[in-house]
Amino acid sequence: MTEDDLRGLLARVKTGRLSRRGFVKRMAAVGFTAPMATQLLAIAGAAPAAAQSVPAYAPTRRGGGGPLKILYWQAATLLNPHFAVGTTNQEASRVFYEPLAGWAQDGTLHPVLAAEIPSIENGGLRADGRSVTWKLKRGVKWHDGQDFTADDVIFNWEYSKNPATAAVSIGSYRDINVVKVDDHTVRIEFEQPTPFWADAFVASRGMIIPKHLFKDYVGANARDAPANLRPVGTGPYRFVSFAPGDLLRGELNPTYHLDNRPHFDTIEIKGGGDAVSAARAVLQTGDFDYAWNMQVEDAILQRLEAAGRGKINIVEGGSVEFVQLNATDPNREVEGERAHISTQHPAFRDPAVREAMALLIDRNALQQFIYGRGGPATANFLNNPPRFRSPNTSHEFNIAKANEILDRAGWRRGGDGIRAKDGVRLSFVYQTSVNAPRQRTQAIYKQSAQRAGINLDLKSVTASVFFSADVANPDTYTKFFADMQMYTTTMPQADPQLFMNQYVSWEISKKENNWQGRNIVRWQNAEYDRIYREAESELDPVKRAALFIRMNDLIVGSNHVIPLVQRPTVSASLNTLKPVLSAWDNTHWLLSDWHRPS
Amino acid sequence: MTQYLVRRLLIAIPSLLGISVILFTVLALAPGDPFEELATNPAIPPDVRASLRASLGMDDPVYIRYWSWLTSMLRGEWGYSFVSRIPVDQLILQRLPTTIAVIGAAQVVALVIAIPVGVFAATRPYSLFDKVANTLAFVGFSLPTFFTGLLLILLFSITLDWLPFVYRTDLEATGWRWWWEQFRQSVMPVMVLGMFQGAALVRFVRSAVLDVVRLDHVTTARAKGLSESHVTMKHVVRNAMIPVVTLVALQMPIVFGGAIVTEQIFRVPGIGSLLISAILANDTPVIMAVTFVFACLVILFNLIADLLYGWLDPRISYR
Repeated sequence: MTEDDLRGLLARVKTGRLSRRGFVKRMAAVGFTAPMATQLLAIAGAAPAAAQSVPAYAPTRRGGGGPLKILYWQAATLLNPHFAVGTTNQEASRVFYEPLAGWAQDGTLHPVLAAEIPSIENGGLRADGRSVTWKLKRGVKWHDGQDFTADDVIFNWEYSKNPATAAVSIGSYRDINVVKVDDHTVRIEFEQPTPFWADAFVASRGMIIPKHLFKDYVGANARDAPANLRPVGTGPYRFVSFAPGDLLRGELNPTYHLDNRPHFDTIEIKGGGDAVSAARAVLQTGDFDYAWNMQVEDAILQRLEAAGRGKINIVEGGSVEFVQLNATDPNREVEGERAHISTQHPAFRDPAVREAMALLIDRNALQQFIYGRGGPATANFLNNPPRFRSPNTSHEFNIAKANEILDRAGWRRGGDGIRAKDGVRLSFVYQTSVNAPRQRTQAIYKQSAQRAGINLDLKSVTASVFFSADVANPDTYTKFFADMQMYTTTMPQADPQLFMNQYVSWEISKKENNWQGRNIVRWQNAEYDRIYREAESELDPVKRAALFIRMNDLIVGSNHVIPLVQRPTVSASLNTLKPVLSAWDNTHWLLSDWHRPS
Repeated sequence: MTQYLVRRLLIAIPSLLGISVILFTVLALAPGDPFEELATNPAIPPDVRASLRASLGMDDPVYIRYWSWLTSMLRGEWGYSFVSRIPVDQLILQRLPTTIAVIGAAQVVALVIAIPVGVFAATRPYSLFDKVANTLAFVGFSLPTFFTGLLLILLFSITLDWLPFVYRTDLEATGWRWWWEQFRQSVMPVMVLGMFQGAALVRFVRSAVLDVVRLDHVTTARAKGLSESHVTMKHVVRNAMIPVVTLVALQMPIVFGGAIVTEQIFRVPGIGSLLISAILANDTPVIMAVTFVFACLVILFNLIADLLYGWLDPRISYR
């Protein structure tokens, strides 16, 4: 199905000549999933008026829900969202602070402090993608009774973009210009046409702190602000007490800007410990209502769930566990640099070897025996939101076929059973971080590769070294001085632009940029670069989705990247709790709607 | 005596400096940095991370960083945590009460168990009681705390559902209820630690008492016709306690240092868990402060032990 066909169909839906159901059916016939089709409708402006991206909220009055107890096995250490290194601190800040909008699980924006989501229809988005205008909700009050206005929004931009403040959110704010239109309207101006405009003031990087409490603490003295540890926000819960690294407490905000919310009278977030006992505290003893990020074997979780008290929530995001086949030669130095971009990997430059490697990993076994519900097998690098998922890929585990491909390409088995050609042996160093499921995956891969005459030398590096940016250490994943490596890459936003820059040629990780580039596999493809540039300024959402799908097909089709399993976020909650979760935003992104059905 | 004290204190200064240099160098050589988590986040450009590092002075050479740490430490400024961005002394003070309560109680439990059992076993060597006590002591210190901790949680929290296994610093109850709740949540970590240390102490007390029981003055005391309990309490235990007191005094810094594993298992917000999370996050100022305080306490209690030794045994003189 071409883009024109798609457009024709969408136009027919819009004018009412084709029912929405009929559209979804036709899309399914050509391999598009139902969620993807629905999302295309939503983007094209043909969705039903009340798109339900957020579950219904039942309680009919504010409060009365008792205490809400949340358990994190990593503890929050500070409560200023602009300094929040790591998820736990963002989560803790999100209890009190709110952004203009958050990302719902279906990858759409949900207004929080904004009156509405900007769009071309409501005049919020300029057609050339150069600016976005946010209308702020009226009548929102800070916990200390002051009014929330456009000045607060502008202040957050000034606060964060000041390098002396040393805010971790600076990347979202320094390249934009923010203008106050009136007391309840702000306009963000971009230098370039920007199709992905929902970064500043949105979701985890967009939590807004009050101007009246922080205005004297911009720049070098930012860390002296008393409100860093005693937040005053607009959120559903007010601050009570905080012990860094241990416990955070809040209470119901009686002047919250949404009716009948929040449901709980108090909130308590306890940190520390380990994931398994956190799962026990919810699923077995019921001491806590919710536990975050259950990095626990699925078999254990299923056993704990059998107690019948709680359940496991699985929320699909963009994280994917994948294998990279180095495009450059890690064993040869050019200008004193290993894996120099001018070199080619002696074995992986042959597409037959890469194809064989992709056929030798049994993804279904990984899902069934290692990751369980926490790792559905996938053939795509870009899996979510569904509108960006490629329908053109498939995965297969076939040792015979791999052998056949290698035979045909002229790789002959030597005396030791390892294939070789022109003095190049198919013997690879395969590295990853120390982590039980990863070591088991390595073992499975090694076994099946052996049956195809390929030897894998397994190497595992401590996570704190593997994932560090230490320039002096040769074992970091960004240096990738090995033939193959495996890890999980995360997708923090519902838009794939940042995620897909991992394969553009100007992001290649090398000595020149201190190995900080995002293209770690060092694969280069002119078509990919061109399509990426096109997507960067493509404002038509349908066209843009098609471009990203093409990028996924290019990188997966090259077999330099072998996706294994998706890594959805897994959490535990009591059966009596209705949390509203999203993989594209913080766990607490819509804490105001968490409730216990009566 | 005063001269001895002054001399010991003066000797302590170079050792503390040496300790701090070693600690600082090891931390500087260790891989990783506090902004590791930012490295895998594509929303944060690498130059932002670089400027954050620079703003915390992490790109300066080690000796300059050490010098600035040392001078501010001498001025009484402990520095700011990279991770929490609050003064380190505040962080430590927040953790101190819980640490002292839990670990201190564990030490008390250890002593209360070890001294009577050890003395009783030593006065009746190779009796049934001695054999049982010995066996249990071996079992006690062979089982690591993380194992006994998990066993207790499985038994008392999961199977029987009697005790909570998540330690909370914000108990809502007041009065007697508060004490009861506090007891319920502390009893498992305290017992795990107390039993472990108690087991080792039992063996120590037993051998100390056995050494004294054989001495001539005990025989003399018995020959004078003193009652057995009098002999044990006045002539045996008092003398046998000298090495025990030294050992206990040397263990006191541990009370402040916390118990990393046990605190982690029961989520006790003590100094041990502060230290481990600081190490995992590469939060150098916190690691330095905690380990340095710990080093000071070890040296201080060494001195106190030496002084106590002389007080218990007047034959020892200070020169």
